[in-house]
Amino acid sequence: MTVFDILTLACAALGMVFFAAGTVGLLRFPDVHSRLHALTKADNLGLGLIALGLIFQAEGIATALKLLLVWLLAIFAAATASQLIARAALTGLDDDTPADPRP
Amino acid sequence: MTALAFDTLLAIAIAATAAGAVVARGLYASIALFIIYGLMLAVAWVRLEAIDVALAEAAIGAGLTGILLVGAAARCRAVERRTGAIGDGSGERRTLLRTIQGAMAGVLAAAVGAAVLLLPDSAPGLTATVAGTIERSGVSNPVTAVLLNFRGYDTLLESMVLVVALVGVWSLGAEQFWGGRPGLKQHARTDGVLAYFGRMLPLVGLLVGIHLLWAGAHAPGGAFQAGTVLAAVWLLVAMAGLRDAPPIASMRLRLLIVVGPAWFLAVGAIGALAGSFLGLPEAFASELILAIEVLLTLSIAVTLVLLVLGVPRRTT
Repeated sequence: MTVFDILTLACAALGMVFFAAGTVGLLRFPDVHSRLHALTKADNLGLGLIALGLIFQAEGIATALKLLLVWLLAIFAAATASQLIARAALTGLDDDTPADPRP
Repeated sequence: MTALAFDTLLAIAIAATAAGAVVARGLYASIALFIIYGLMLAVAWVRLEAIDVALAEAAIGAGLTGILLVGAAARCRAVERRTGAIGDGSGERRTLLRTIQGAMAGVLAAAVGAAVLLLPDSAPGLTATVAGTIERSGVSNPVTAVLLNFRGYDTLLESMVLVVALVGVWSLGAEQFWGGRPGLKQHARTDGVLAYFGRMLPLVGLLVGIHLLWAGAHAPGGAFQAGTVLAAVWLLVAMAGLRDAPPIASMRLRLLIVVGPAWFLAVGAIGALAGSFLGLPEAFASELILAIEVLLTLSIAVTLVLLVLGVPRRTT
C-alpha cells in the first residue's frame, strides 16, 4: 500500500463521514430549509473529499482535472437546485397560486 | 471481487428504489424514488459500457421525466384541493382499480422477465453488420451511425413524438390564454444567488451541450443528450427570472420546434427520390448527419423546455 493509497482511503473515509452527517440531517431536521442546509454543506464537502481521494489514484493530469471539474459542477448544480427548492418551499409548492414576489 | 460486490449492491439499490417508487405512500416520495431509480439505472448502463444509453437515461429518464412528473403532481394536488377529490374514486372502486393495475403490471413484468430469461446466450445482433458498414455511414460512433443513418426512422419518429406531445400539452390550456406565455411568471431577486447562478451556469451548460452534440459523431453523445442539457440551460434562465419564455404564438418559436424533424424528413424524402427513404448518400453522409444533429438538438431543446413549462397560463 503506497502513501497515495493511504491518502485516498483517508479522504474517502472522511468524505463518507460528511455524507453520513448530511443524511442524518436530512432525516432528522424539522423543516425544508434546515434539511437543505445539512445536505448542501455536508454533501459538497463529502463529494469534494471523495473526489480529492480519487485524484490520488488518477492516471494523469487530465483525469485529475476531470475529477476536480465533476466536484465543481456538482457544487454549482447543488447550489442552484437548493435555491430553487428553498424558493418553492417559501411559496408553498403550489402550482396554481402565483409565487410571492419577495422584495 | 470488488466489481462483483459493487454490481450486487447496485442491483439491490435499483430493485429497492423501484419497489420504493411503487409502494411509497405520497406522490412526491414516489417521484423522488423514481428519479433516484433512474440515476441508479444510468450507473448500471455505465457498468454495462453503454455510455450513450447511460447519458440518455440520466438526462431524459431521470432528469426530464422527473421534472415533468413533479409538475404533474403539483397540478394534481392543486386540482385535488379545489375539487376535494382526485379522480381515483374511493372504497371498493379504488381497490378494484388498484388490483387491476397491479395485475396488469405483474403480467407485463412477468413477460419481460420471461423474455430476458429466454434470450439466447449469444445474441444474434447486427453488431458485425454495423461494424462492417460503419465506414460508409459518415460517423465513427456506432450508436450515432445506427440512430441517424442505418435506422434513422427511430430517431425521426422520436423527435416527432416530442412535437406531438407538446401539441397535446398546449391543447390542455384554457381558451383565453391560447397563444400566451407558458407557465407562471417566475419571481426571483435580480441580485439574488439564484440570478447569479442563472447567469453563470449557462456558460458551462452551453459548452457541455455543444460538446455532447459535436462528440456524438465519434464518441457517446448526440442530439437528445445535448438537447436535454441545452433545455436545462434555458429552464435555469427562465426559473431564475432572467428571461421570460416567449409566447407560444411566436412564429420563431414554432419554427424552432419543427425545424429539426422537418429537416430530417426533408433529407429522408430526398433519399426516397434517390432510392431509399432516409437513405443518406455516402458522399455527404457526414455533413448531412451533422446538419440533422444540430437542427434536431435545437428542436429537442426548445420542445423539452416548453413541455416542462407547461400550458400557456397568461397573456402577458
